[in-house]
Amino acid sequence: MIRSKTRYLSYIPLVLLAAFYLLPMYVMVVTGIKGLDEVSIKTMWNLPRQLSMANFIEAYGELKPYLWNSLRMVIPAAVLSSILGSLNGYVLAKWKFKGADVIFPLILFGMFIPYQSILIPLVDFLHKINLYGGIPGLILVHIIYGIPITTLTFRNYYASIPNELVEASKMDGAGMMRIYWNILLPISIPSFVVVLIWQFTQAWNDFLFSVVVTSSKNWTVTVGLNNLAGGQIIAWNVQMAASLIAAIPTLLVYIILGKYFIRGMMAGALKG
Amino acid sequence: MRNTKEKWQAFLLVSPSILAVAIFVYGFIGWTARVSLTDWKGLLPDYTWAGLKNYINLLTNDPRFQVDIRNTLLFTIPFILGTLFLGLITALLLDQGLKGEGFFRSLFLFPMAISYIVTGVVWRWLMNPAAGSRMTGLNLLFSKLGLDFLNSSYTATPYWGMAFIAIPAIWQLSGYCMALYLAGLRAIPDELREAARVDGASEFELFRYVIMPLLRPVTLSALIILGHMSLKTFDLIIATAGKQYAMDMPSIYMWNTTFDAHLYGNGAAISILLLISVAALIIPYLFYSLRTEAQA
Repeated sequence: MIRSKTRYLSYIPLVLLAAFYLLPMYVMVVTGIKGLDEVSIKTMWNLPRQLSMANFIEAYGELKPYLWNSLRMVIPAAVLSSILGSLNGYVLAKWKFKGADVIFPLILFGMFIPYQSILIPLVDFLHKINLYGGIPGLILVHIIYGIPITTLTFRNYYASIPNELVEASKMDGAGMMRIYWNILLPISIPSFVVVLIWQFTQAWNDFLFSVVVTSSKNWTVTVGLNNLAGGQIIAWNVQMAASLIAAIPTLLVYIILGKYFIRGMMAGALKG
Repeated sequence: MRNTKEKWQAFLLVSPSILAVAIFVYGFIGWTARVSLTDWKGLLPDYTWAGLKNYINLLTNDPRFQVDIRNTLLFTIPFILGTLFLGLITALLLDQGLKGEGFFRSLFLFPMAISYIVTGVVWRWLMNPAAGSRMTGLNLLFSKLGLDFLNSSYTATPYWGMAFIAIPAIWQLSGYCMALYLAGLRAIPDELREAARVDGASEFELFRYVIMPLLRPVTLSALIILGHMSLKTFDLIIATAGKQYAMDMPSIYMWNTTFDAHLYGNGAAISILLLISVAALIIPYLFYSLRTEAQA
């Protein structure tokens, strides 16, 4: 009896916590939809009296080139690093060669390093291969530093598939690539969703690589937003609208495919 | 049964990735380490050997790096404690099979999908330190609710300012910690709880003597993951506080000194110190994770 009573009391802290998590969303949305005449720091918590899209239109105008850059970068980066991760995961789970158990942790370490420790050579290298400053260079960087997490996610998934499935096909004379293409690839679509949206989110939200390896006309949306918010020129209501615009693509993915997002997130903890 | 041809084929398939990681992770770290042992200043590379000069200078004679170490601690301690605490509380609240559990869980986790830059830009306004007629953000909200005693000057607080960056960081990552704890709680068999209750354990005793010890591995994982994130924190500080000396961290100092001031030797040394501190946490964790996986 006592248990069921305390259970309902749990809603009090849950609702208070929900308010804490929603606070920044409230500010972004409410400030964003207020008309210019209503925007004052003194009334920031008041609900709008009438709806206006003016802030969003201005914010979109400011962010437009950066949003486009992000989109151009994020899609190839996510797709290519998922394909690489799937092939690596397949081999490391089902075709272990000598030394594979040493190579795997060495690859994994790459996802934990502070990227500051590779930035100086990275910039130099990108200059040398003529990819510094542009979107293709940034795509390359995201693919390479995405290898550890994508390999990990796929390897764990393929390791959970019974070996008999692979062995049986081998008996039938199927080669390594045939088995991958006909048997493992079709059943790993959910893992592709997990990895694709995780890499999409990571690359979209990244700031450090973009600010270091791209020139200003190729900045992604996080760099654009940070510059817009750091200056004195753009009014704060437009900053809030711009923040919401920058957050919407990944938020939408989270709302629609949350289950897969969480699986990607948990994979990064190694043994959640 | 496997023939050599297939083994070579397997190796060939992963070799581009192995090569890429070998160059871009290990080769580049080695290169950075080499730069850290030089006096390279300015845009032209200069690989003249300078020994450990940069490291000695940073650790013994650089007031900015002293501030960075202090700030790392000021940020890390409240961030980790707050995230673990909030993560555990939310997980325990949601582990009771309440109605609406899925809704709350999604709500507590959504900040994980947002970039630190967005989080920082919004929290910069929420944590606006202005007082009087210019008061806004959380301070204004607290005043309206009659909670004036909570008003603060946030990141503008002398000496302690850095600790306030922990608030947006906790906001962003406590849901992640909740997910880790929830997975841990779900792995505890119900029979264990029932057995403890049959033996007459109160709910608190059950928690203290049965649940908590079983969650210890989760706490350890969370501690390491959050700890290494905390050392690497960069975007969140830039977006919340901008580049200012009082809010400096090694990650920002490295960026500043390398790409703005072109003191490559110094920047490389900072990044290697940062890497060593992250590796000290992560390498044992990697071994521990992969070993327990092999045993399972």
